[in-house]
Amino acid sequence: MSDTQDPYEDLKITTGVVAEPNTSRANKTGSWRELKPVVDPDTCIECGQCETYCPDQAAKPVEGEDFYAFDLDYCKGCGICADVCPTDAIEMVREEA
Amino acid sequence: MARAEPQEQENPSDDQEVMKGTSAVAKGVMAADPDVVSAYPITPQTGVVEKLSELVADGKLDSEFIKVDSEFNAASTCIGASAAGARAFSATSSQGLKLMSEPLFTAAGMRLPIVMAVANRSLSAPLSIWADHTDAFAERDGGMLQFHAEDVQEAIDHVLLSFRVAEQVNLPALSNFDGFILTHVQEPANIPSEEEVSEFLPPRDPEYTLDPSDPKTMGAYARPEHWTESRYEIQRAMMDAREVWADAVEEFNDVFGRDYTEYGGMLDTYYADDADHIIVAMGSIAGTIRNVVDAYREDGEKVGLVRPRVFRPFPAPELRDALAGAESVAVLTKEMSPGYESAFAGEIKGALYHAESQPPIKSYVLGMAGRDVKPEDIAEIVEDVKTASPEMGFKESESWPQLRPELLKGGDEQ
Repeated sequence: MSDTQDPYEDLKITTGVVAEPNTSRANKTGSWRELKPVVDPDTCIECGQCETYCPDQAAKPVEGEDFYAFDLDYCKGCGICADVCPTDAIEMVREEA
Repeated sequence: MARAEPQEQENPSDDQEVMKGTSAVAKGVMAADPDVVSAYPITPQTGVVEKLSELVADGKLDSEFIKVDSEFNAASTCIGASAAGARAFSATSSQGLKLMSEPLFTAAGMRLPIVMAVANRSLSAPLSIWADHTDAFAERDGGMLQFHAEDVQEAIDHVLLSFRVAEQVNLPALSNFDGFILTHVQEPANIPSEEEVSEFLPPRDPEYTLDPSDPKTMGAYARPEHWTESRYEIQRAMMDAREVWADAVEEFNDVFGRDYTEYGGMLDTYYADDADHIIVAMGSIAGTIRNVVDAYREDGEKVGLVRPRVFRPFPAPELRDALAGAESVAVLTKEMSPGYESAFAGEIKGALYHAESQPPIKSYVLGMAGRDVKPEDIAEIVEDVKTASPEMGFKESESWPQLRPELLKGGDEQ
């Protein structure tokens, strides 16, 4: 399926509510977040630990740059990235209400 | 007061074997030929999966026996296997069932017909390994079918019936049998052969399976606009299960010659038709109750037993019918619901709210955590329930006849 197709659009309640793949892509979980990760580009060493550990695959290297950033559409704010970052380049900052 | 005499024991017939309850259930499971068995040991269930593991190791059972590090993962393994189209079996007790609770609710939502033997045991704290129904009742609202066996033969047969019904309505099933009282007893039982069972239980034919060549998402995140319908479908499947169960017990009788067809398989009764005073109870305690009923009948007193075989779906219409002629009803239950009355008693009362005949009901919490229930305990309850009047406060409605007030802080003042 394409990235833009919504697997919920024609969802019928089959036995067990079996859906087309990619429901996780359609469900933007960023609004669940209490804290957001903020990366200090100067401290980030591009080791990719945040990407390895991120349960929502929200950590990605920034194209053409030498640091990582987060897709805030999906980041739930768990803070695992900040915990595993070997250079403490990630700070969890409270979301403004 | 009526005095119960021990019943005469018959010798096992040629088609029966005498073995421990857990081994007998395991052999029944073997006859159902599960593709995957995954479980974690816990007393008093352990014998079931130990025996299955032995049968697999000896090459007598062609199943994947998947060892796991917890009950959570045993249930989760069964979910994966069942989603891939396998017939999956597990077994547990007590704390193990609590640890499985989260994945079991998921299995119900994903409509996976995992069958489990639950050797019923109390829940901590205090720690106890002995039988009561607290564990099964705590799973009441998950969407699992629930059956309660009275003896080892029923524990075997209910597992086979569970596979049949679960796979037809696509819901998981808990086949309950009392810990120790049935798991560790040795009594004669017929162990069905795989040939007989294959006649009764067709291969599983799932509507959807996990298939890498045609990817699907099972158990996905549901939005508010879909979730209600998914739970409604569980409710509908549960209601369908009543008729499916009724058909299954009929066919079971045809194939195996064991008759569980009374009240569509929902209730088993003993001298209940003309009874003035009816005892309602589930599980192995019914054996003792039968002796007490016999003793009363010998004295010309009309006492009877109604034993729900099925707890989910709840046999409400059948109970309305079976209890209609009673002057009073005693609900004997091995569970309690702190803050209100026993869940079992509450549900029976709820069922009778819509009934034309509403006999007064008194509930008795007893036999908790393996406390022995003797015939004289039951006879005392029968004497007490005879005094039941339609107007009852809570203290009169629920009592704990085996309570030892001398152990309590404040003693008899409590």
